[in-house]
Amino acid sequence: MRAYLIRRLLLAIPTLFILTVLVFLTVRFIPGDAIDVMLARMQHMGVGGGEVDREALEHELGLDVPVHVQYGRWIGGILLHGSFGRSLFASRWEIKERIIGRLPVTIELGVMAIVIGLMIALPVGIYSAIRQDTAADYIGRSVAIIGLATPNFWLGIMVMVYPAIWWGWSPPMEMIPFTEDPLGNLGVFIIPSLILGTATAASTMRMTRTMMLEVLRQDYIRTAWSKGLNERVVVLRHAVKNAFIPVVTLIGLQLPILLGGAVIIENIFNLPGLGRLMVYALNDRDYSVVSAVNLVFGTAVMGANLMIDLIYPYLDPRVRYS
Amino acid sequence: MSDAIGIPSAVIAPKRRSRLAEFFIRLVKEKPLGTICGIIILILILVSIFADVLAPYPYDEQHLVDRLQAPSARYLLGTDQLGRDYLSRIIQGARLSLLVGLSATAVNVVVALLIGGASGFLGGKLDLIMQRFVDAWMAFPGLLLLLTIMSLVGRGTPQIIMVLGIAGGIGGSRVVRGAVIGVKENVYFQAAEAIGSTKWRTLIRHVLPNIMPIIIVIFSISIGGNILSVASLSFLGYGLPPGRPDWGGLLSMEGRQFMEMAPHLALWPGLALTITVYCLNMFGDALRDLLDPRLRGGEG
Repeated sequence: MRAYLIRRLLLAIPTLFILTVLVFLTVRFIPGDAIDVMLARMQHMGVGGGEVDREALEHELGLDVPVHVQYGRWIGGILLHGSFGRSLFASRWEIKERIIGRLPVTIELGVMAIVIGLMIALPVGIYSAIRQDTAADYIGRSVAIIGLATPNFWLGIMVMVYPAIWWGWSPPMEMIPFTEDPLGNLGVFIIPSLILGTATAASTMRMTRTMMLEVLRQDYIRTAWSKGLNERVVVLRHAVKNAFIPVVTLIGLQLPILLGGAVIIENIFNLPGLGRLMVYALNDRDYSVVSAVNLVFGTAVMGANLMIDLIYPYLDPRVRYS
Repeated sequence: MSDAIGIPSAVIAPKRRSRLAEFFIRLVKEKPLGTICGIIILILILVSIFADVLAPYPYDEQHLVDRLQAPSARYLLGTDQLGRDYLSRIIQGARLSLLVGLSATAVNVVVALLIGGASGFLGGKLDLIMQRFVDAWMAFPGLLLLLTIMSLVGRGTPQIIMVLGIAGGIGGSRVVRGAVIGVKENVYFQAAEAIGSTKWRTLIRHVLPNIMPIIIVIFSISIGGNILSVASLSFLGYGLPPGRPDWGGLLSMEGRQFMEMAPHLALWPGLALTITVYCLNMFGDALRDLLDPRLRGGEG
């Protein structure tokens, strides 16, 4: 058991290292014309009194030293000082502070989306499995497949457009901090997380159904039935517990999709989270911010999957021996 | 005597159907929904090929008097803020979506074959190192990575095909690698090695044909995902260049402010996207079930 945990942790180190290299390189290979655009923008916005020159900008981006030195400085700044540097524009704010300020919004959106997704997916998936090949099963599965095909940004737009026309109602677009008005805050988040949650619910539902079908055919379920237990106890106490284990892994795998979706949803619903920061930064070509957000998201996904792998043996004792 | 003549003729009589015909008959019989979806996709492909003939108006022709018209006999799906016929724009969008979706998927296949094939076939240290890269790559939220790279290379059709193709191909290489390793376990592979077949010959004659079904299946399913990714990127302003209408772009900022006056602007592109992706997924599922029953896992 301990050997498994240690091996899993050790394997994460090279992957994390490569992740940082990838984040670093994607943005560091900025084509020349992107620098011209950045220069034009900086001059336009009056950064540095409109006298930023190419050399100064390349120095600022660290492009005037060899690549490995650049990487060393960048990663050193993060590891030693927890600093991502400063924004290239707009009063040169500390990237770290901005990220910490916006992180709670994205986390709240993500957590609510996961909870809502599970609240839809688990009951439907379980029901679909125990009533296999009935009308309810077919409807549940069809809706799930349609859900997989529906782009969440379209759902977001539809929610903005149609209720406004029919009932003169539109979802709240102004952020209300949780500490000021918890209910109002939930009101702001509920529709965006519903849309984001349904996107993941479809695949979770399919997975839950498949796992339930597999578990329901096991010997111990037959034993439970033959003991005369009622359906409720067989399904909830015996089957669901075991069928749920692989679903936990799926949540980890869905995290990248969820975070990608958060970028879109935050932009549609005007939520001041990391996804919105990302799009602002991309529009500004503020690549120090872009790589910081990429690193935070990438590390979050890796961390979540690592955590799931680490708690997995506790959920499923069979894994301990592998 | 007559019997002796009869038997061989009876054996010859039923004309053997080609494997392809056999496959289509199974498709229609066993997967009716998949067949319907396949037909819809075929229609979509035909529509995009003959877009210029089928569209009632040129997609960029402005009828300024008829701005933001609701659907009518004259404009079947209504008009946009510049009075352009929305049906013609949706048809043009089908062409772009399919073109980019299919091309990106083709690049996916090539990249996945190169990386997955090398990793699985050669194995050893190379495999170990390459797979750590693939791990790290897959930890990124796909959309963020695509956004970042698209903002660096600039929006454009060839750019998005290459970016989506390479990014998706790296993820897909996992499956190819798994399939190649699976083939290596087989006796015919070992036999080929034993009789001194060269690496290239083994790869092309033995490995490639045997992983083909899996490749067809995986990538028929990923076309839908690619089309959705293109739409998402265009929606955020980092996909296809403006000017030519694509489904994601039609839903983005340009049209957004007019949607409360003319909700059909929001309805049709999304519906077109959903139906297309739904059909591609269902058709892909049907192909998977027929070509490779072992992959059936998620029966959902």
